Amino acid sequence: MSNRGSKNRRLMQGNEAVVEGALAAGCRFFAGYPITPASEIGEIFSIRLPQVGGTFIQMEDEIASMGAVIGASLAGVKSMTATSGPGFSLLQENLGFACIAEVPCVVVNVMRGGPSTGLPTHPSQGDVMQARWGTHGDHPIIVLAASTVEDCFHLTIRAFNLSEKYRVPVIVLSDELVAHTRETVTLPPEEQIEIFDRIKPSMPPEWYIPYQDNSRGVPPMAAFGEGYRYHVTGLIHDVRGFPTERTDEIKPFISRLFRKITQGFAEIQMTNTFMMEDAEVAVIAYGSVARSAQRAVIAAREQGIKAGMMKLMTLFPFPRKAVEPVLSQCRAVLVPEMNMGQISREVKRVSQNTTQVVKYNRIDGQVITPDELCRQLMVMGKSSGFLST
Amino acid sequence: MPQEVTKLIHKYLRHDKKFPHLWCPGCGNGIVLGALIRAIDRLGLEKDEIVLASGIGCSGRMPVYVDFNTLHTTHGRALTFATGIKLAKPSLTVITVMGDGDATAIGGNHLIHAARRNLNLTAIIINNQIYGMTGGQYSPTTPYGAVSATSFYGHIEHAFSIAELAVTAGAAFVARGTVYHAQMTEDVIEKAIKRQGFSVVEVMSNCHIQYGRRNEMGDPVTMMRWLKEHAVPVEKKAKIPPDSLRDKFIIGILADKEKPVYTEQYQQIREAAQAIAQTGKQ
Repeated sequence: MSNRGSKNRRLMQGNEAVVEGALAAGCRFFAGYPITPASEIGEIFSIRLPQVGGTFIQMEDEIASMGAVIGASLAGVKSMTATSGPGFSLLQENLGFACIAEVPCVVVNVMRGGPSTGLPTHPSQGDVMQARWGTHGDHPIIVLAASTVEDCFHLTIRAFNLSEKYRVPVIVLSDELVAHTRETVTLPPEEQIEIFDRIKPSMPPEWYIPYQDNSRGVPPMAAFGEGYRYHVTGLIHDVRGFPTERTDEIKPFISRLFRKITQGFAEIQMTNTFMMEDAEVAVIAYGSVARSAQRAVIAAREQGIKAGMMKLMTLFPFPRKAVEPVLSQCRAVLVPEMNMGQISREVKRVSQNTTQVVKYNRIDGQVITPDELCRQLMVMGKSSGFLST
Repeated sequence: MPQEVTKLIHKYLRHDKKFPHLWCPGCGNGIVLGALIRAIDRLGLEKDEIVLASGIGCSGRMPVYVDFNTLHTTHGRALTFATGIKLAKPSLTVITVMGDGDATAIGGNHLIHAARRNLNLTAIIINNQIYGMTGGQYSPTTPYGAVSATSFYGHIEHAFSIAELAVTAGAAFVARGTVYHAQMTEDVIEKAIKRQGFSVVEVMSNCHIQYGRRNEMGDPVTMMRWLKEHAVPVEKKAKIPPDSLRDKFIIGILADKEKPVYTEQYQQIREAAQAIAQTGKQ
């Protein structure tokens, strides 16, 4: 099962690709709880991690899983968990802890029909806003969306790299379709995979100020047991990690948390375009819907519609800079989602009502088909007035 | 004696953390902290190798004062973070300190599973029979009939016996001490840390401000006297008729067994997995 050569083409499901991506990124700890449709991630980790000297544990619930992930990361090991809606809701509190304590970690949420128990065996994109705002309080976070098995591999690696570089939890949103679809992936050889490890302090322990600001806004992070004995807490803290209520310490801290991400927008916000060069109408899509969107664009082009597509791989921070040119170029933009409209709100916010943003929503557990989207594009491509949305 | 105390303070308390501490005058938490650092000193452990993790509450505020790798987690979840730390770096000595509410209400599930797994962790549960930090609401160990911020008319629930709960859940080492029996508490903490496997030390403590004040025990001395009068050493238990034990609690070591430790078993899993992978390659 390991990467044995420069050409390694394997047929695997999205969930398996998540595992292989994580392992390639250096993940050596997984704590999780069984939940459809993410369980395979834990199952495959339980086999693969001991093979590479890592650790797998099935905890008693998702709250415990998130706690264990943070603990392992604090001890210096790249860690992740994987879950779906109900488990994602449970682990929010500890996710917020990882945000405020700036603990690198990756959380995969394989979205299924919701709310609550919902539709365990059907895809949806209902947790997008929750991924951004699920944990309480003002916090920045990075949310990526996978739409192919290849994405599951590469975006998981990206997730770890971003998490380590910015000392922030990164959420990878998959969905039941991407997770359980089998596609061929070419696993690149180790040498070709870029890995980023958290920067560690190089000064003597007596000089280490754990949360001191610097040009990147990301303090170097010592692992427990390396000689730097410091305090980690979920309370708002000063540069030493000690709890504080001083306004002159709180403000710079929160500002730094946001600033460190803002400064990284250029590399964090990942998008892809398809046939956009002369597009008059476009689809902005993510996750499994992006698959249908791509087919729809091709079909629409065959019908003479100048359609194009932007695939979002980063959902948050919302890739405004990439989306704005699409909005100004096109007279109408279609945002199809398997929810009641979550990213469409972001697109509308960014468009400031200068471009027509058309929602297309499906919440019945069924995948949006290329036909449905092509029909939308035909209407958008042919009309000159505003459609009711 | 004073010189030794000064040395311990100098060695184990953080020099850059502002004192005074935030606990109420007369709070038993200070005694537990003292017992913990004296036990660690006797064991001769390296400060770099120790992690002290806590939950939320007055007990949760303990780690910030000590010069170890310290972690102040979310309410009830200290053992889950500790699990991750221990699995990722088994060479560390991982100790958690929690309150009665933290460990047995919101954290109850994690307590029984940590015990079941027998990870080499030490859980110190300070039991003051109330939620002190939030203003004196009842906890799973608040006695029947007690007045609290949320049992104005008298509590109608019966309390857990934490140490006995830990024994049933399978903990390898379980002891109960009190802040009155400080020396014994120090001894059992030392044994708990030394014991390979999941060790629980429940320390009965006094919250005279939130619990005592509402229940006619509004000062630390009265509460200490109560602890002294209601504690029965485990060796004496057999000689006392069960009726007289009803309002008492047992102190001392309640369980001390050798059980396979999780990290050692998992290492065997790794070896087996790697062996299988090797044969696959050939």
